[in-house]
Parts: sequence; structure tokens; C-alpha cells
Amino acid sequence: MPDRPQPRFPEPDTQPFWEATKEHRLLYQVDRDTGDVVFFPRRHNPKNGSSNLEWRESKGLGTVYTFSVVRLNRHPVFAGLGPYAVAYVDLDEGFRMLTNIVNVADPTKDIFIGQRVKLTWLDQSTGISIPVFEPA
Amino acid sequence: MVTQRRDAAIVGIYEYPKRKAPGVTPLQIKAECAARALEDAGLSWKDVDGLYDAQDGAGMAGLSLAEYFGFKPNVIDTTAVGGSSYEFHAAHAKRDIAAGRCRVALLTYGSTAHSDARRIGTMPGMGGGAPSPLANMTDPYGMTLIANYAMVARRHMHQYGTTSEQLARIAVATRAHAMRNPQAVQAMTDLEFQDIREITVDDVLNSRMIADPLHLLDCCMVSDGGGAVVIAAPEVARDCRKKPVWIIGAGEATSYSENGSDITISAAAQSGPRAWAEADVRPDEIDVAMIYDSFTITVLVMLEDLGFCKKGEGGAFVSEQRLRFDSPLKPALNTDGGGLSSNHPGMRGIFLLIEATRQLRGESTSQVPGARLAVAHGNGGMLATSHTGGTIVLAGD
Repeated sequence: MPDRPQPRFPEPDTQPFWEATKEHRLLYQVDRDTGDVVFFPRRHNPKNGSSNLEWRESKGLGTVYTFSVVRLNRHPVFAGLGPYAVAYVDLDEGFRMLTNIVNVADPTKDIFIGQRVKLTWLDQSTGISIPVFEPA
Repeated sequence: MVTQRRDAAIVGIYEYPKRKAPGVTPLQIKAECAARALEDAGLSWKDVDGLYDAQDGAGMAGLSLAEYFGFKPNVIDTTAVGGSSYEFHAAHAKRDIAAGRCRVALLTYGSTAHSDARRIGTMPGMGGGAPSPLANMTDPYGMTLIANYAMVARRHMHQYGTTSEQLARIAVATRAHAMRNPQAVQAMTDLEFQDIREITVDDVLNSRMIADPLHLLDCCMVSDGGGAVVIAAPEVARDCRKKPVWIIGAGEATSYSENGSDITISAAAQSGPRAWAEADVRPDEIDVAMIYDSFTITVLVMLEDLGFCKKGEGGAFVSEQRLRFDSPLKPALNTDGGGLSSNHPGMRGIFLLIEATRQLRGESTSQVPGARLAVAHGNGGMLATSHTGGTIVLAGD
């Protein structure tokens, strides 16, 4: 399969996240002082401006918050996929990420809000891997 | 009791009539609309001393637009927050006029989105521009603009039992208004709509699914277009050609998806109460609601968040035929036909101000009898991820 549109660098906020995907590790940030979970990755905790953050690795288990099945996409890579699901998944560690739900027979029938999902990966020729989810 | 202030009024409006304008530039559309809106007000080109621009014509917005127009304004505001920019501009113009910084403010918009064949709703991030954290976290997933709104619709249905049928009623009401508006009918003709007529709930449900649960007829059109609004100080407004339409309340807000947030709640939940408080009016007093209809779900969420009904009850609220201009129930919705059926060149916030003004002047093609109060609520950006809300409350003279 051809590569998806790729994250682009230099971009220091998200570079560590994407570097870790090369080892199939899903990272998120936590404020060392308050425990606040920060996602998408950035230089500070958006609740207080503090940059005293550390990276942690997610277990990759979560719940579908909402989703849509895209039927029309004019981008050549996505046009070739057929109907595919984009979703927000709430990870058990407390962060919400935009992702895809894959490995279902019919995305219009086999995905639902509240569904438990687990992490899987789409390896790219660039070396990075895109974190997506499948039914747990 | 707040004392309602009448610091600034809309005195001139113009909507670019064409929705397909090949060979014309956004700057030319802006200039033509500016000239016609000033003419509508009975003001001249040289009266303008405040320039408001959402960066839709050229780079270095305040500079290049001022030079192209030939203005040397006292106030330049280039707030660019997507489709709600014009509600933000109206709020800022009111503030700037009340502070004595300018007397005649000009807002313009021009777009050739249709002629440029921009795939606004169905292209994901293409990796243009400088790398950014948000783009890096979203570009690989094939999220389209329509899917973004669809995720809000899906969640709203899950939380509140809202149905596709209820969403469809919004498209049905605005199409009925569009069929009464010759410019909207011409727009649908020029944009080659397959079947130009009033539509039913079944028509919407039977149109093809674009991104579940949004069908083709839940989505706005992509057109060319533009417009202009002239806002003036009270002493100027008194001598204008048409009756002033007063800006009596304004609210601005930002919202975005956060860990654990409820994406069915839009920025209107913040901007609405601010605008109502400043205007000292309640939603149930509003005769006409001009609400950004990029999609049917946009309207449903914003009717709730503006307080026309309780959160989660939007589906039932729009089921009562109340949205039509001739309904005895308030408010009438998008009486020009809206973005769903009249025009949507990418950022349609200015048309909300224009049609609300027409209503309060008694000039709409779907005129609400005796309309006295209107609201224009714009949405900028994308509902499920990051967006802005701009609420403007307007009163007749």
C-alpha cells in the first residue's frame, strides 16, 4: 500500500512521538507536577503553561468516543481504501486521539461508540508507523 | 437590567449575485461589493476610515487591501478565524466605533472557491505550509472536513437520540427559503444542481452518504461569491439612505477538542450568553436566526448552544416546522436559503449579517412579518476539532 500523507519535520513538538512509532511505541505526555495528561504533544501543559513534562508509553487500549465512515475522499491514497473509519479514541491513560478504526469487515456496521479497541500499526516506507485501532 | 446600547449600526449591505464567477478575482469581488454596499448606505468611497479583512483577498491583508481599495484607514483589523471572521469583525467595528477610533467601518469578502475547483469538504490535509503539531497528528488519517462534522453528528445522536430525519428538517426548511430567493435559484442553476425544487426529508435521507451520518443534502454547496457590510456610528447612520440596523450585542469564543471534552458543545455556548447579556434580550425574543449552515448538524448544535432550546433537545426543536419564515413560532432560520442552498464560498459569515439586515429592513424574499430582532451566529474552523463562534445580535431601528 502507498504511504499515507506523512507528518513533516522539523517539528519539535511531535517529533519524539513519531520517532517512537518506529518501535511501535505510542507516547503521550504527563505534567510531572500535576499529573495532567497532555495530547497532542507540545512544549507545555495547556492547563498551566508548565513545561515540566515527561513522556510515557500508552498500553494502547481505549474506547471509541465518536467516528465517521468516509465515503468520499479525493486524495488518491484514501480514495483507494473504500469506505474507511476515522474516529476519536479515548485512551485508558486519559488522552483522546484522532485515528482510524481498521480490521473490521464492514466499517458502517461493525464500529460503535463505546466500543473497546486496541492499538495496531500501519508501517510506512519512511520508517515511521501510524498508530490505528482495531476491535479489542 | 442592562441598558441596551446603540453604538453602531449596519447601514449598507451588498451580496455578490454570482455564485460562479470565472475570470474574476476575490479582490475584484471585494471591491465591487464595497462600492455597492456604500451606495446602499448613501455613503461614498472616501467616507471609509475602518477596514476589516479576513485575509481572503491577498497576503499582508490590511496593507494590500488598503492599497488596492485606495484607503488610508484609521483602524485596520485582519482577524481571520474562518467563517465566523465577519461576526468578529462586526463586534470589533462596534467596539472601535464606540471608542471613537473610526466612524465608517467596511467589511468585505470575496472568494472564487468554486471556479478554483477547491475540494473543500472532501480532501484531507495535504501537507501544505509549514509543519505543525496538529497537522502532524491528523494528516495521516484521512480526516475530511465533512467527516469532522459527521463525528459531531454521530456523537450527538449517541448522547441525545437525535436522528438523521431531524437533521434533514433543517435542509428542508432552508431549501424552501432558497426557492423563494431568485439569487439562490440562480446559484443552484449555475452550480448545476441536479434537481432544483423544494426537498423533503426523504430526499435528504435518500441522497448519497458522504461521511456517515451526513448525506449529500446535509452538506453545503461550494460556490464563488462575496459581500460587503458597512457599519457606522450613530451620527452617520442617522443620515444614511436606509434605516439603521443596530448591533446591540456581540460575543466571541474559541473551542477545540480536549481530552475528555464533549464535542457536541460548540463555541456558541460561550459566545451566545455574552451576546445575549450585552444585548439584554433572550433567545425566545429573536425573530430571525441566521446560523452558519455548513452542515445540518452545525445548525442543530448552535441552536442548542445559543439557548433556543435545551442542550440535546435540538432534534425535537427543529421538528416543529418552526424554522420556516411563515411559521408563527420563532425563530425563522436562514431565510436566504443559507449555505446549504444559496451560497457557500468557504466562509459565509458575512451573508449571515447581510440577510439579518435585510430582514430587519423588511427586504427579505422570505420576509418574517414585523421582524424586530435577529441573531447572526458564525462558525469558523471545524466543529469537531478546533473552531470559533461569533454571535451578533441585531435590532431594527
